[in-house]
Amino acid sequence: MSGDLLFFIEISLAGLGSGALLALTALAFVLIYKATRVVNLAVSEVLMLGGYLFFAFAAGLGLSAWVALPLSILGGGLLGGIVERGVIRPMLGENPISVFMVTVGLGSILVGMAELIWGAEPKSLPAFISTTPLFLGEAYVSRKIAVAFVVAGVTISVFLALFRFWRGGVALRATATDQAAAYSCGINVPGVFSVAWIVGCATAAGAGVLLGAIGGISTTMGVFGLSALVVVIVGGLDSILGALIGGLALGLIQSWASTYLGGEYTSVVTFGLLIVAMMIRPYGLFGTHEIERL
Amino acid sequence: MIIGTAKESYRADEALLTTQPQRVWMAIFLAALVALPFALNDYWLYLACLVAINVTAATGLNILTGFTGLVSLGHAAFMAVGAYTVAWAETRLGTPFFINLIAGGLVAAAFGILVGLPSLRVKGLYLAIATIAASFILHFCFIHFDGITGGATGINVPPLSIFGIELATYFRLYWVIMPITAVMVLGAANLFRTRIGRAFIAIRDRDISAEVLGIPLLRYKLMSFSIASFYAGMAGGLWAYFFRVVTPESFPLLTSIFLLAAIIVGGMGAIIGGIAGAIFMTLAPELLRFGMEWISPLVPNAGALLSPVRTVVFGALIVGFLIFEPQGLAEIIQRIRRYFRLWPFRT
Amino acid sequence: MPKSTTPSPHLVSAQDTWDAPAGLSVEDVTLRFGGIKALSGVTFSAQPGSITAVIGPNGAGKTSVFNCISGFYRPSSGRIMLDGQDVTRLRPPRRATLGMARSFQNIALFRGMTVLDNIKLGRHGHMKTNLLQAFFYAGPAAREEEALRREVEERIIDFLEIDHIRNMPVSVLSYGLQKRVELARALAMRPRILLLDEPVAGMNREETEDMARFILDVKEEWGVTILMVEHDMGLVMDISDHVTVLNFGQVIASGKPAEVQADPQVAAAYLGSGDPAALMKRLAAEGAT
Ligand SMILES: Nc1ncnc2c1ncn2[C@@H]1O[C@H](COP(=O)(O)OP(=O)(O)OP(=O)(O)O)[C@@H](O)[C@H]1O
Ligand SMILES: [Mg+2]
Repeated sequence: MSGDLLFFIEISLAGLGSGALLALTALAFVLIYKATRVVNLAVSEVLMLGGYLFFAFAAGLGLSAWVALPLSILGGGLLGGIVERGVIRPMLGENPISVFMVTVGLGSILVGMAELIWGAEPKSLPAFISTTPLFLGEAYVSRKIAVAFVVAGVTISVFLALFRFWRGGVALRATATDQAAAYSCGINVPGVFSVAWIVGCATAAGAGVLLGAIGGISTTMGVFGLSALVVVIVGGLDSILGALIGGLALGLIQSWASTYLGGEYTSVVTFGLLIVAMMIRPYGLFGTHEIERL
Repeated sequence: MIIGTAKESYRADEALLTTQPQRVWMAIFLAALVALPFALNDYWLYLACLVAINVTAATGLNILTGFTGLVSLGHAAFMAVGAYTVAWAETRLGTPFFINLIAGGLVAAAFGILVGLPSLRVKGLYLAIATIAASFILHFCFIHFDGITGGATGINVPPLSIFGIELATYFRLYWVIMPITAVMVLGAANLFRTRIGRAFIAIRDRDISAEVLGIPLLRYKLMSFSIASFYAGMAGGLWAYFFRVVTPESFPLLTSIFLLAAIIVGGMGAIIGGIAGAIFMTLAPELLRFGMEWISPLVPNAGALLSPVRTVVFGALIVGFLIFEPQGLAEIIQRIRRYFRLWPFRT
Repeated sequence: MPKSTTPSPHLVSAQDTWDAPAGLSVEDVTLRFGGIKALSGVTFSAQPGSITAVIGPNGAGKTSVFNCISGFYRPSSGRIMLDGQDVTRLRPPRRATLGMARSFQNIALFRGMTVLDNIKLGRHGHMKTNLLQAFFYAGPAAREEEALRREVEERIIDFLEIDHIRNMPVSVLSYGLQKRVELARALAMRPRILLLDEPVAGMNREETEDMARFILDVKEEWGVTILMVEHDMGLVMDISDHVTVLNFGQVIASGKPAEVQADPQVAAAYLGSGDPAALMKRLAAEGAT
């Protein structure tokens, strides 16, 4: 195999790895959006908080990583539940922009709190994934990235399956399609809202731990969420499949762009793509097009 | 019926300030603005200028977001365009201040039209995200078109001078920045007395029926984008003269969020909202600073806590206003006015 | 309150400044939504200066026809002619400047604005103030606004008897008044043809009678062609010159009110079966009470 090709394969694999994390974060956006029609920008900060919680449990309290990880995920879920009950539910039905801005404000609060508690300097997480590299054929892959890929892939597949076959998933889909109708079918709509926020935020927190394991944590790591937001806009805000495919595709494209064009090109390419995709399919590649009735 | 509403002519009824007390309060307010620089020290004058610049930018964003209903999270990028234009013209062409400033506004307006084009297809949040995207792309351009923008180091701007008089102190800058802000605000208020402003509101409230009334949507949406960007560009131009350096990091995404927060807190869709919000949001961090200084004897390293506390308070203000006072400070001001009715002129 | 010294304005409604009523014809219009045919080969016309009613059961496609006429839906085939000009491909704002105005089935007023501002918006297309003039509220802008205010007050607000609510936000008004404001806004457009989608739906009898009077006055004194969709048979039979009946997206009858009333197909469409004449009488009676 020629060196160039091998190199290309390696960066593509790395791209798929970070793409899987993007997809996982995108999943958090989609879950919350599907149920409550809220674009929750605070997903980015919940992701950051997931990383910090892991840091607090593992480095601060000295817990084993396998205890700290579920605790961080739970912490994210708890936060999601509280925010949904306390702040979002009273705002439902308001104009979507206001609710979106509420989540922007929440994000700012979370960043400030994290800085108050842990300080503003970046930190690295205690190692819990071995650093010995993996080889796929001849191609080198960082083990952390491979683990992230597998975890994200499994999680998303589980969600796809749940959506199709489990009653709760069906309830969520019903709520997404028509709230009033779901209500009248006896579906506990507020319950669905809570579950979606809890699960969505827990997912984001888990993604934060994985992301922190790869690149360390900082209070600004939430910008990763912006890329995930691009994924959901391109893939369709209400499509899990769109999150998966969009996440992997964006991971690849970012990886290629930063290798062949230079790191500073990642954001132009990402956002350029976003604008092009929006002009072609405003409601996302896999999203539902809602028609306005007069 | 309260006094001042019995109108002799339609023209009087269409005036900006319709009651005597309104006119008197406005006169007092303007007199205060004139007196301010003689009463304030340098630090507060610095803040006054900064407030004025933010008022211009926020009023522009209010026209777009508050009145036309098009949410932009890229407003800071237009300020940057204005600032770069001014810096470039000042250093390369040496053209006079006022021409540079207007050019800054116009170039920003042109970019605004470009960035507004997606509003042809997308609405609401999608549009907001498109504007974020546009601002990142512009940020990239600021770094990479270094022939014009000076790359990562940016452009240093010489002190502002008018007719050979150098205006380097805050006291002197105030006399340029504040009147321009006043004119911009007045212009915005005038806009909403005419068909153009009404069309904007119509688009915000119900864009389909706006079309039936003969309002071409795309044209007016782009017009709103260009006006808002013109305001941002003017504000950015003043900013460049004020801080005397423009770099790609001068106008981050956070500034866009700050401006949006300012109009939320102030009150969207009310001219006074942009003013009140910009004043409040610019001064709130300063108040916090005094607060932190005050408690510093009690709390160790209070100084280090200032920045995260500001971040938390910033977020809390957005959330709090959206939940408890969605109409913002403008509504509070209204309530106070109703409470006092026409006090103290008649009761 | 501003008071005008001119006599009741609708008596002097100047035909010379307002254009003559327009004729409209819908020619073989078909409209598809995905697989569904909402309209198939719909053809009818509205004569200049007349009142034409479009009736039909729920879901018959009446609103869809209106949306084609005003340009929100593009027909899959067929033409819309306004005074002999093909307008099928024009965007709604263009049609508005050609003299087409409409109201909506689910009131589409600007809820945050006052009644006055809502009505003023109707004149948008006829005004000329540009951005620079607006910014400085310079001479022409101020003059234009004043003239507009005068016209709205003296021609429209007085005519529709809504002077007591002119400064209220629309959202606080009753349903009937909102419909009236919507009519006012449409009139401010100086229309040549007015499309009214269920102008009296949800109104009580008194409000319905007022509205009927306004519609007749608009036709006769303002010289405007009227095309309306209405379920209230009493009103339709009373004031329309011509009636077109739609069912399942097709025209099933067309003619003078009395002819249509006597058409067995029409009653069948409303009921499915039964004695059509008796039914139509009952419907008419219901509409009148
Ligand atoms: N935007 C749309 N997308 C899909 N189908 C539509 C759309 N608009 C209307 N339809 C369908 O077209 C048909 C006609 O609807 P329309 O609203 O024109 O009926 P209508 O005669 O106005 O009824 P009503 O008396 O209830 O107002 C209905 O079956 C409706 O479901
Ligand atoms: Mg209808």
